[in-house]
Amino acid sequence: MTLLIGSFTIGLILALLALGIFISFRIFDFPDITAEGSFTFGASITAAMIVSGANPLIAIALSFIGGLIAGAATGVIHTRFKVNPLLSGILVMTALYSVNLHVMGKSNVPLLSQTTLFTWFENFSVKVSGKDAFYNIIGWSVPAKDVWTLLFCLLIIIAFSAMLLWFFRTNIGTAMRATGDNDQMIRALGVNTKSMIIFGVAISNGFIALAGSMLAQFQGFADVQMGIGMMVWGLASVIIGEALISDNTLGSVITGAVIGAVLFRLLVAIALRWGMNPNDLKLITAAFVFLALILPGFMKRSKKIKLLKQ
Amino acid sequence: MLELKSLCKIFNAGTINEVMSLKNVNLRIEDGSFVCVLGTNGSGKSTLLNAVAGTFLVDSGYITLNGKDITQWPEYKRAFHIGRVFQNPFSGTAPAMSIAENLALAARRGKKRGLGWGLPDTLLNSLRDRVKSLNMGLEDRLDTPIGKLSGGQRQALTLLMSSLVRPDLLLLDEHTAALDPKTASKVIELTEKIVNEGKLTTLMVTHSMQQAVNLGDRVIMMHQGSIRYDFQGEEKKRLKVNDLLSLFDELRRKDQIDTTVADLLINSYV
Repeated sequence: MTLLIGSFTIGLILALLALGIFISFRIFDFPDITAEGSFTFGASITAAMIVSGANPLIAIALSFIGGLIAGAATGVIHTRFKVNPLLSGILVMTALYSVNLHVMGKSNVPLLSQTTLFTWFENFSVKVSGKDAFYNIIGWSVPAKDVWTLLFCLLIIIAFSAMLLWFFRTNIGTAMRATGDNDQMIRALGVNTKSMIIFGVAISNGFIALAGSMLAQFQGFADVQMGIGMMVWGLASVIIGEALISDNTLGSVITGAVIGAVLFRLLVAIALRWGMNPNDLKLITAAFVFLALILPGFMKRSKKIKLLKQ
Repeated sequence: MLELKSLCKIFNAGTINEVMSLKNVNLRIEDGSFVCVLGTNGSGKSTLLNAVAGTFLVDSGYITLNGKDITQWPEYKRAFHIGRVFQNPFSGTAPAMSIAENLALAARRGKKRGLGWGLPDTLLNSLRDRVKSLNMGLEDRLDTPIGKLSGGQRQALTLLMSSLVRPDLLLLDEHTAALDPKTASKVIELTEKIVNEGKLTTLMVTHSMQQAVNLGDRVIMMHQGSIRYDFQGEEKKRLKVNDLLSLFDELRRKDQIDTTVADLLINSYV
């Protein structure tokens, strides 16, 4: 049960990553691999700040800004200098590797003895239910601090999802969605599509850096390698969400991405528990996303063939 | 008022495919004038429209709109003053977004887009009235994604969107060419209504001579990148489809003579 709650918590943290990938990949149709760099960037900024004694909230805010800057860089390289979107992302991601090493000063920074956001959650739990308390949840005895941590993460993710939902319904947010949907149309309505892409990719990476920052604090270390495979991970979450919720209004799609992220983390935890070799994780994730990408087209074609045969 | 001064545009310069799409085009369109542009394929009529819209920058010449030099303005900035309807009915609307959202986007053309709510109730109500005036029954389906509508419905909505904020200039690029005849005539009817109600300055590219004869107060005929004929006032009113047909024939014959004469000269002198 503790394992389950831990997976839920990590799933919720990675839902921020899924939301970021959702913005770049689904709203803008921009395959943005900057994610892998900005995820670590968020983690390394947070680690460096917290080790030097900064308030965790300030560390998180700075990580978000760091992500914004990384995303904006990719957006500028793509729109102003007309570099292919994937290549723009690869350039920034590669550059961020060095930046992250400089920020942390080494390749791995432990945070276990530091005061993080999650220390606050534990302190809150101690205040509310006492030290080393356990809650009884449908027959399982669960540490109170894990339950409170999960609840706080849930609150955070609900707040960010609501913010995103609100943003994409404002004038500028609607213009952003139109940029991804039909850029010619929205240019003819007086919107600078280049700025929209820069801004959108920036927000996307802001969210991803936030996820990196939270995960580093939760697991108690930041590592320069921790971003590898994160884009495909986020994509898998978004795809699972879309499969679960067929309705494509904005609210459902955002909810879907969050649920997809949690579910995907659970699936992975279960698979690992059943004895899957952790080394195979990324291979299986990639295969899963590959299948999810080609299946809809494949099914459409087989349906067509069936219709033709009749 | 739109003014074009010695516009030139060369595509694929320096290659075998080099085409001079606009050759020294001069044109002045007064406020409230409705101009139809005719021409054969490759005559440069769509290029002319796109040059004004800012799809690309011209190689030389000037474009001024209401006294402002917009020659170097990017496309989106020109759109603050220009309304557009495209040939492809799918180009003018965002398919995944609802009818209401598409219209709301158009209602802010040329205005600041900030963190205000995109679709407030007052706007929604006024948009519903505008859609109702189309008589297509779409006012009850404002939440439908626009991609689910037919080409004709989408073109009618694009037309409505282009005029939600009164444009200083309306550009119509063969906007009925991809529609079936019945829908096309409906969209043309709507075009007349919207242009007349708003007294809009309009530049319409068409390949239908009937449309050119029936609509507007001026007809321009383009050929090989330049304006060959320009009918306005009484002359335009007397214009018949047959007149235009014979002019096209004449242009074509002239082309043939040019090449055959050149061959003749080469044979006798080289």
